[in-house]
Amino acid sequence: MFDPIWKLALGLITGILFGILLQKGRVAKFRVIVGQFILRDWTVVKIMGTAVIVGAVGIYALLPTGAVSLHIKPLVWMGVVLGGIFFGIGMALFGYCPGTSVAACGEGRRDAMAGVGGMLLGAAAYVGFYPQIQGLVTQGGNAGKLTLPEVSGLSPWVWIAGLVSVALVAIVWSNRRRLLASTQHGDSISGQHHPA
Amino acid sequence: MKITQLTTGVIVALVPGMVQAASELPTPYPYPEPAWSPYLVGGLIGALVVLTLALAGKKIGASSAYSDGAGLIGRLVAPRHIASLPYYRDSKPMIGWTLFFVVGAIIGSSIAAWSGGELNGLYLQDMWVARFGGDSVALRTVFALAGGALMAFGARMAGGCTSGHGISGTLQLAVSSWISVICFFVGGIAVALMIYRL
Repeated sequence: MFDPIWKLALGLITGILFGILLQKGRVAKFRVIVGQFILRDWTVVKIMGTAVIVGAVGIYALLPTGAVSLHIKPLVWMGVVLGGIFFGIGMALFGYCPGTSVAACGEGRRDAMAGVGGMLLGAAAYVGFYPQIQGLVTQGGNAGKLTLPEVSGLSPWVWIAGLVSVALVAIVWSNRRRLLASTQHGDSISGQHHPA
Repeated sequence: MKITQLTTGVIVALVPGMVQAASELPTPYPYPEPAWSPYLVGGLIGALVVLTLALAGKKIGASSAYSDGAGLIGRLVAPRHIASLPYYRDSKPMIGWTLFFVVGAIIGSSIAAWSGGELNGLYLQDMWVARFGGDSVALRTVFALAGGALMAFGARMAGGCTSGHGISGTLQLAVSSWISVICFFVGGIAVALMIYRL
Protein backbone atom coordinates (compact mmCIF):
# COMPACT_ATOMS: atom_id res chain seq x y z
CA MET A 1 0.00 0.00 0.00
CA PHE A 2 2.84 2.41 0.85
CA ASP A 3 6.23 3.22 -0.65
CA PRO A 4 9.09 3.50 1.88
CA ILE A 5 8.96 6.73 3.91
CA TRP A 6 12.18 8.24 2.54
CA LYS A 7 10.90 7.83 -1.01
CA LEU A 8 7.63 9.51 -0.11
CA ALA A 9 9.54 12.39 1.47
CA LEU A 10 11.79 12.73 -1.57
CA GLY A 11 8.73 12.61 -3.82
CA LEU A 12 7.10 15.39 -1.83
CA ILE A 13 10.22 17.57 -1.94
CA THR A 14 10.68 16.93 -5.66
CA GLY A 15 7.05 17.84 -6.20
CA ILE A 16 7.42 21.04 -4.22
CA LEU A 17 10.45 22.04 -6.30
CA PHE A 18 8.62 21.11 -9.49
CA GLY A 19 5.58 23.15 -8.45
CA ILE A 20 7.76 26.18 -7.73
CA LEU A 21 9.48 25.80 -11.11
CA LEU A 22 6.21 25.41 -13.01
CA GLN A 23 4.66 28.45 -11.37
CA LYS A 24 7.72 30.66 -11.76
CA GLY A 25 8.05 29.43 -15.33
CA ARG A 26 4.53 30.75 -15.97
CA VAL A 27 3.15 27.45 -17.18
CA ALA A 28 0.59 27.19 -14.37
CA LYS A 29 -1.39 29.54 -16.59
CA PHE A 30 -4.14 28.81 -19.10
CA ARG A 31 -3.04 31.46 -21.59
CA VAL A 32 0.54 30.20 -21.74
CA ILE A 33 -0.48 26.59 -22.39
CA VAL A 34 -3.24 27.39 -24.86
CA GLY A 35 -0.96 30.07 -26.30
CA GLN A 36 1.56 27.33 -27.03
CA PHE A 37 -1.04 25.20 -28.78
CA ILE A 38 -2.03 28.10 -31.01
CA LEU A 39 1.68 28.65 -31.66
CA ARG A 40 1.83 32.18 -30.25
CA ASP A 41 3.60 31.57 -26.93
CA TRP A 42 6.60 29.27 -26.98
CA THR A 43 7.28 29.10 -23.23
CA VAL A 44 6.15 25.47 -22.95
CA VAL A 45 8.45 24.27 -25.73
CA LYS A 46 11.37 26.30 -24.36
CA ILE A 47 10.97 24.76 -20.93
CA MET A 48 10.43 21.21 -22.15
CA GLY A 49 13.22 21.46 -24.71
CA THR A 50 15.78 22.72 -22.22
CA ALA A 51 14.73 20.10 -19.68
CA VAL A 52 15.12 17.34 -22.25
CA ILE A 53 18.59 18.44 -23.33
CA VAL A 54 19.96 19.02 -19.83
CA GLY A 55 18.35 15.80 -18.61
CA ALA A 56 19.59 13.74 -21.55
CA VAL A 57 23.16 14.95 -21.01
CA GLY A 58 22.92 14.09 -17.32
CA ILE A 59 21.33 10.66 -17.80
CA TYR A 60 23.61 9.46 -20.56
CA ALA A 61 26.69 10.79 -18.78
CA LEU A 62 25.72 8.84 -15.65
CA LEU A 63 24.39 5.69 -17.35
CA PRO A 64 27.79 4.02 -17.92
CA THR A 65 28.73 4.61 -14.26
CA GLY A 66 25.68 2.70 -13.08
CA ALA A 67 24.49 5.65 -11.02
CA VAL A 68 21.20 5.68 -12.96
CA SER A 69 19.15 3.23 -14.95
CA LEU A 70 16.49 3.97 -17.53
CA HIS A 71 12.83 3.93 -16.48
CA ILE A 72 10.87 4.13 -19.71
CA LYS A 73 7.54 2.95 -21.03
CA PRO A 74 6.95 0.27 -23.68
CA LEU A 75 5.86 1.29 -27.16
CA VAL A 76 2.34 -0.14 -27.25
CA TRP A 77 1.53 1.44 -30.62
CA MET A 78 -2.20 2.00 -30.38
CA GLY A 79 -2.02 3.08 -26.76
CA VAL A 80 0.69 5.60 -27.43
CA VAL A 81 -0.75 7.07 -30.66
CA LEU A 82 -4.47 7.04 -29.78
CA GLY A 83 -3.84 7.86 -26.14
CA GLY A 84 -1.50 10.64 -27.17
CA ILE A 85 -4.07 12.21 -29.48
CA PHE A 86 -6.85 11.92 -26.88
CA PHE A 87 -4.49 13.52 -24.39
CA GLY A 88 -3.71 16.40 -26.74
CA ILE A 89 -7.38 17.05 -27.49
CA GLY A 90 -8.24 16.96 -23.80
CA MET A 91 -5.37 19.28 -22.95
CA ALA A 92 -6.43 21.84 -25.57
CA LEU A 93 -10.00 21.77 -24.21
CA PHE A 94 -9.02 21.92 -20.54
CA GLY A 95 -6.05 24.25 -20.98
CA TYR A 96 -3.72 22.51 -18.53
CA CYS A 97 -1.92 19.16 -18.29
CA PRO A 98 -1.94 16.78 -15.29
CA GLY A 99 1.08 18.52 -13.77
CA THR A 100 0.36 22.14 -14.66
CA SER A 101 -3.27 21.75 -13.59
CA VAL A 102 -2.29 21.09 -9.98
CA ALA A 103 0.22 23.93 -10.22
CA ALA A 104 -2.65 26.11 -11.42
CA CYS A 105 -4.68 24.87 -8.43
CA GLY A 106 -1.80 26.09 -6.30
CA GLU A 107 -2.29 29.54 -7.84
CA GLY A 108 -5.93 29.32 -6.84
CA ARG A 109 -7.37 28.86 -10.32
CA ARG A 110 -10.67 27.17 -9.71
CA ASP A 111 -11.27 25.99 -13.27
CA ALA A 112 -8.15 23.85 -12.85
CA MET A 113 -9.73 22.36 -9.72
CA ALA A 114 -12.82 21.45 -11.74
CA GLY A 115 -10.55 19.81 -14.28
CA VAL A 116 -8.81 17.77 -11.59
CA GLY A 117 -12.23 16.33 -10.82
CA GLY A 118 -12.61 15.55 -14.52
CA MET A 119 -9.21 13.87 -14.57
CA LEU A 120 -10.10 11.63 -11.63
CA LEU A 121 -13.26 10.59 -13.49
CA GLY A 122 -11.34 9.94 -16.70
CA ALA A 123 -8.74 7.88 -14.88
CA ALA A 124 -11.52 5.99 -13.11
CA ALA A 125 -13.13 5.19 -16.46
CA TYR A 126 -9.82 3.86 -17.76
CA VAL A 127 -9.33 1.74 -14.66
CA GLY A 128 -12.88 0.44 -14.79
CA PHE A 129 -12.61 -0.68 -18.41
CA TYR A 130 -8.94 -1.62 -18.24
CA PRO A 131 -9.25 -5.23 -19.52
CA GLN A 132 -11.37 -4.23 -22.52
CA ILE A 133 -9.14 -1.26 -23.33
CA GLN A 134 -6.00 -3.36 -23.03
CA GLY A 135 -7.55 -5.97 -25.31
CA LEU A 136 -8.17 -3.34 -27.98
CA VAL A 137 -4.94 -1.44 -27.54
CA THR A 138 -2.59 -4.42 -27.70
CA GLN A 139 -3.99 -5.32 -31.15
CA GLY A 140 -1.52 -2.88 -32.64
CA GLY A 141 1.45 -4.67 -31.12
CA ASN A 142 4.01 -3.80 -28.48
CA ALA A 143 7.47 -2.89 -29.71
CA GLY A 144 8.90 -2.94 -26.19
CA LYS A 145 10.95 -0.45 -24.22
CA LEU A 146 12.92 0.96 -27.11
CA THR A 147 15.28 3.91 -27.04
CA LEU A 148 16.22 6.10 -30.00
CA PRO A 149 19.90 5.02 -29.84
CA GLU A 150 18.80 1.37 -29.93
CA VAL A 151 16.55 1.65 -32.97
CA SER A 152 18.93 3.86 -34.91
CA GLY A 153 22.19 2.15 -33.99
CA LEU A 154 23.57 5.63 -33.29
CA SER A 155 25.26 6.62 -30.05
CA PRO A 156 22.99 8.59 -27.71
CA TRP A 157 25.44 11.49 -27.99
CA VAL A 158 24.68 11.76 -31.72
CA TRP A 159 21.01 12.18 -30.78
CA ILE A 160 21.86 14.67 -28.04
CA ALA A 161 24.08 16.64 -30.43
CA GLY A 162 21.17 16.66 -32.86
CA LEU A 163 18.80 18.00 -30.19
CA VAL A 164 21.30 20.68 -29.17
CA SER A 165 21.70 21.76 -32.81
CA VAL A 166 17.95 22.02 -33.27
CA ALA A 167 17.68 23.97 -30.02
CA LEU A 168 20.43 26.41 -31.00
CA VAL A 169 18.84 27.03 -34.39
CA ALA A 170 15.47 27.57 -32.71
CA ILE A 171 16.92 29.97 -30.14
CA VAL A 172 18.77 32.00 -32.77
CA TRP A 173 15.66 32.07 -34.96
CA SER A 174 13.39 33.18 -32.15
CA ASN A 175 15.81 35.95 -31.19
CA ARG A 176 16.69 36.94 -34.77
CA ARG A 177 15.23 40.44 -34.66
CA ARG A 178 16.98 41.31 -31.43
CA LEU A 179 20.27 39.81 -32.63
CA LEU A 180 20.07 41.78 -35.88
CA ALA A 181 19.18 44.99 -34.04
CA SER A 182 22.06 44.65 -31.60
CA THR A 183 24.63 44.07 -34.36
CA GLN A 184 23.44 47.11 -36.31
CA HIS A 185 23.48 49.23 -33.17
CA GLY A 186 27.03 48.02 -32.42
CA ASP A 187 28.25 49.07 -35.89
CA SER A 188 26.99 52.61 -35.60
CA ILE A 189 28.76 53.08 -32.27
CA SER A 190 32.14 51.53 -33.03
CA GLY A 191 32.51 52.74 -36.62
CA GLN A 192 32.18 56.35 -37.72
CA HIS A 193 29.54 56.35 -40.41
CA HIS A 194 29.96 59.31 -42.68
CA PRO A 195 26.96 59.94 -44.88
CA ALA A 196 27.94 59.91 -48.52
CA MET B 1 33.08 7.46 -5.51
CA LYS B 2 29.45 7.20 -6.60
CA ILE B 3 28.62 10.54 -4.99
CA THR B 4 31.39 12.40 -6.84
CA GLN B 5 30.28 10.92 -10.14
CA LEU B 6 26.69 11.84 -9.37
CA THR B 7 27.59 15.38 -8.39
CA THR B 8 29.74 15.82 -11.47
CA GLY B 9 26.97 14.51 -13.65
CA VAL B 10 24.45 16.88 -12.12
CA ILE B 11 26.74 19.88 -12.42
CA VAL B 12 27.54 18.99 -16.04
CA ALA B 13 23.84 18.74 -16.70
CA LEU B 14 23.13 22.08 -15.03
CA VAL B 15 25.86 24.11 -16.74
CA PRO B 16 24.29 24.43 -20.20
CA GLY B 17 21.04 25.67 -18.71
CA MET B 18 22.72 28.17 -16.41
CA VAL B 19 24.99 29.48 -19.18
CA GLN B 20 22.01 29.94 -21.45
CA ALA B 21 20.05 31.73 -18.78
CA ALA B 22 22.94 34.00 -17.93
CA SER B 23 23.65 34.99 -21.51
CA GLU B 24 20.06 35.22 -22.67
CA LEU B 25 19.19 38.41 -24.44
CA PRO B 26 16.57 40.42 -22.56
CA THR B 27 13.26 39.15 -23.87
CA PRO B 28 10.29 41.46 -23.66
CA TYR B 29 7.82 39.11 -22.02
CA PRO B 30 4.37 40.41 -22.86
CA TYR B 31 3.11 39.83 -19.35
CA PRO B 32 3.94 41.93 -16.30
CA GLU B 33 4.12 39.25 -13.66
CA PRO B 34 7.44 38.18 -12.07
CA ALA B 35 8.74 35.07 -13.80
CA TRP B 36 11.90 33.10 -14.41
CA SER B 37 13.57 32.44 -17.74
CA PRO B 38 12.06 29.33 -19.35
CA TYR B 39 15.58 28.12 -20.08
CA LEU B 40 16.52 28.32 -16.41
CA VAL B 41 13.31 26.58 -15.37
CA GLY B 42 13.78 23.89 -18.01
CA GLY B 43 17.40 23.32 -17.06
CA LEU B 44 16.51 22.91 -13.40
CA ILE B 45 13.66 20.52 -14.23
CA GLY B 46 16.03 18.42 -16.33
CA ALA B 47 18.54 18.31 -13.49
CA LEU B 48 15.75 17.39 -11.06
CA VAL B 49 14.75 14.37 -13.15
CA VAL B 50 18.36 13.15 -13.32
CA LEU B 51 18.60 13.54 -9.54
CA THR B 52 15.41 11.61 -8.77
CA LEU B 53 16.36 8.81 -11.16
CA ALA B 54 19.78 8.54 -9.53
CA LEU B 55 18.62 8.79 -5.92
CA ALA B 56 15.32 6.89 -5.99
CA GLY B 57 15.00 5.23 -9.39
CA LYS B 58 11.88 7.29 -9.93
CA LYS B 59 10.97 9.68 -12.71
CA ILE B 60 8.87 12.83 -12.70
CA GLY B 61 5.31 12.15 -13.82
CA ALA B 62 1.77 13.08 -12.87
CA SER B 63 -0.81 11.02 -14.72
CA SER B 64 -0.68 7.89 -12.54
CA ALA B 65 -1.55 10.03 -9.52
CA TYR B 66 -5.06 10.30 -10.94
CA SER B 67 -5.62 6.57 -11.32
CA ASP B 68 -4.08 6.14 -7.85
CA GLY B 69 -6.29 8.91 -6.51
CA ALA B 70 -9.40 7.43 -8.11
CA GLY B 71 -8.52 4.08 -6.59
CA LEU B 72 -7.98 5.52 -3.14
CA ILE B 73 -11.31 7.36 -3.27
CA GLY B 74 -12.93 4.21 -4.61
CA ARG B 75 -11.48 2.21 -1.72
CA LEU B 76 -13.32 4.43 0.73
CA VAL B 77 -16.61 3.96 -1.09
CA ALA B 78 -16.51 0.40 -2.45
CA PRO B 79 -13.38 -1.45 -1.28
CA ARG B 80 -14.37 -4.88 -2.50
CA HIS B 81 -15.14 -3.63 -6.00
CA ILE B 82 -11.79 -1.85 -6.20
CA ALA B 83 -9.96 -4.93 -5.00
CA SER B 84 -11.63 -6.96 -7.74
CA LEU B 85 -10.58 -4.65 -10.58
CA PRO B 86 -7.81 -6.15 -12.72
CA TYR B 87 -6.00 -2.78 -13.03
CA TYR B 88 -5.44 -2.62 -9.30
CA ARG B 89 -4.32 -6.21 -9.09
CA ASP B 90 -1.40 -5.25 -11.33
CA SER B 91 -0.70 -1.91 -9.66
CA LYS B 92 -2.55 -1.44 -6.38
CA PRO B 93 -3.62 2.14 -5.64
CA MET B 94 -0.51 3.16 -3.76
CA ILE B 95 0.04 6.16 -1.60
CA GLY B 96 3.33 6.41 -3.40
CA TRP B 97 5.89 8.53 -5.19
CA THR B 98 3.68 10.12 -7.84
CA LEU B 99 0.84 10.98 -5.49
CA PHE B 100 3.22 12.69 -3.08
CA PHE B 101 4.88 14.38 -6.05
CA VAL B 102 1.56 15.83 -7.23
CA VAL B 103 0.64 16.97 -3.71
CA GLY B 104 4.09 18.57 -3.45
CA ALA B 105 3.50 20.37 -6.75
CA ILE B 106 0.37 22.01 -5.36
CA ILE B 107 2.25 23.14 -2.27
CA GLY B 108 5.25 24.38 -4.27
CA SER B 109 3.12 26.28 -6.73
CA SER B 110 1.18 27.92 -3.88
CA ILE B 111 4.41 29.05 -2.25
CA ALA B 112 5.72 30.41 -5.55
CA ALA B 113 2.45 32.14 -6.40
CA TRP B 114 2.19 33.64 -2.93
CA SER B 115 5.77 34.92 -3.13
CA GLY B 116 5.00 36.61 -6.45
CA GLY B 117 1.67 38.03 -5.30
CA GLU B 118 -0.15 35.91 -7.88
CA LEU B 119 -2.64 34.00 -5.77
CA ASN B 120 -6.09 34.35 -7.27
CA GLY B 121 -9.41 32.59 -7.28
CA LEU B 122 -10.18 32.98 -10.95
CA TYR B 123 -12.53 30.61 -12.70
CA LEU B 124 -12.54 32.16 -16.16
CA GLN B 125 -9.09 32.86 -17.60
CA ASP B 126 -8.27 35.87 -19.82
CA MET B 127 -7.83 34.02 -23.09
CA TRP B 128 -11.03 32.07 -22.45
CA VAL B 129 -13.02 35.22 -21.79
CA ALA B 130 -11.62 36.83 -24.93
CA ARG B 131 -12.95 33.91 -26.92
CA PHE B 132 -16.17 32.99 -25.12
CA GLY B 133 -17.16 36.10 -23.21
CA GLY B 134 -17.52 36.63 -19.49
CA ASP B 135 -20.77 34.73 -19.12
CA SER B 136 -19.39 31.28 -19.92
CA VAL B 137 -18.99 29.52 -16.58
CA ALA B 138 -21.11 26.56 -17.68
CA LEU B 139 -19.15 26.08 -20.90
CA ARG B 140 -15.84 26.43 -19.03
CA THR B 141 -16.98 23.73 -16.61
CA VAL B 142 -17.92 21.38 -19.45
CA PHE B 143 -14.57 21.93 -21.17
CA ALA B 144 -12.66 21.46 -17.92
CA LEU B 145 -14.47 18.26 -16.95
CA ALA B 146 -14.61 16.72 -20.43
CA GLY B 147 -11.11 17.87 -21.36
CA GLY B 148 -9.69 16.69 -18.07
CA ALA B 149 -11.39 13.32 -18.36
CA LEU B 150 -10.24 12.74 -21.95
CA MET B 151 -6.74 13.88 -21.06
CA ALA B 152 -6.41 11.55 -18.06
CA PHE B 153 -7.85 8.67 -20.06
CA GLY B 154 -5.42 9.30 -22.91
CA ALA B 155 -2.50 9.60 -20.52
CA ARG B 156 -3.21 6.21 -19.00
CA MET B 157 -3.58 4.71 -22.50
CA ALA B 158 -0.26 6.17 -23.57
CA GLY B 159 1.45 5.44 -20.26
CA GLY B 160 2.28 9.01 -19.33
CA CYS B 161 1.59 12.71 -19.68
CA THR B 162 3.61 15.80 -20.66
CA SER B 163 5.75 15.29 -17.54
CA GLY B 164 6.13 11.53 -17.58
CA HIS B 165 6.49 11.06 -21.33
CA GLY B 166 7.09 14.64 -22.39
CA ILE B 167 10.02 15.34 -20.09
CA SER B 168 11.16 12.23 -18.22
CA GLY B 169 10.70 9.87 -21.16
CA THR B 170 12.02 12.08 -23.94
CA LEU B 171 15.18 12.95 -22.04
CA GLN B 172 15.87 9.23 -21.69
CA LEU B 173 15.42 9.08 -25.49
CA ALA B 174 12.55 6.59 -25.17
CA VAL B 175 10.80 5.97 -28.48
CA SER B 176 7.38 5.59 -26.80
CA SER B 177 7.80 9.02 -25.23
CA TRP B 178 8.90 10.82 -28.38
CA ILE B 179 5.94 9.39 -30.31
CA SER B 180 3.60 10.27 -27.41
CA VAL B 181 4.78 13.87 -27.34
CA ILE B 182 4.32 14.25 -31.09
CA CYS B 183 0.77 12.94 -30.73
CA PHE B 184 0.08 15.21 -27.74
CA PHE B 185 1.03 18.24 -29.80
CA VAL B 186 -0.72 17.13 -32.99
CA GLY B 187 -4.00 16.60 -31.11
CA GLY B 188 -3.62 19.70 -28.99
CA ILE B 189 -2.55 22.09 -31.74
CA ALA B 190 -5.29 20.94 -34.12
CA VAL B 191 -8.07 21.40 -31.55
CA ALA B 192 -6.72 24.66 -30.09
CA LEU B 193 -6.34 26.23 -33.52
CA MET B 194 -9.91 25.22 -34.32
CA ILE B 195 -11.25 26.73 -31.11
CA TYR B 196 -9.17 29.90 -30.82
CA ARG B 197 -7.85 30.82 -34.23
CA LEU B 198 -10.54 29.93 -36.70
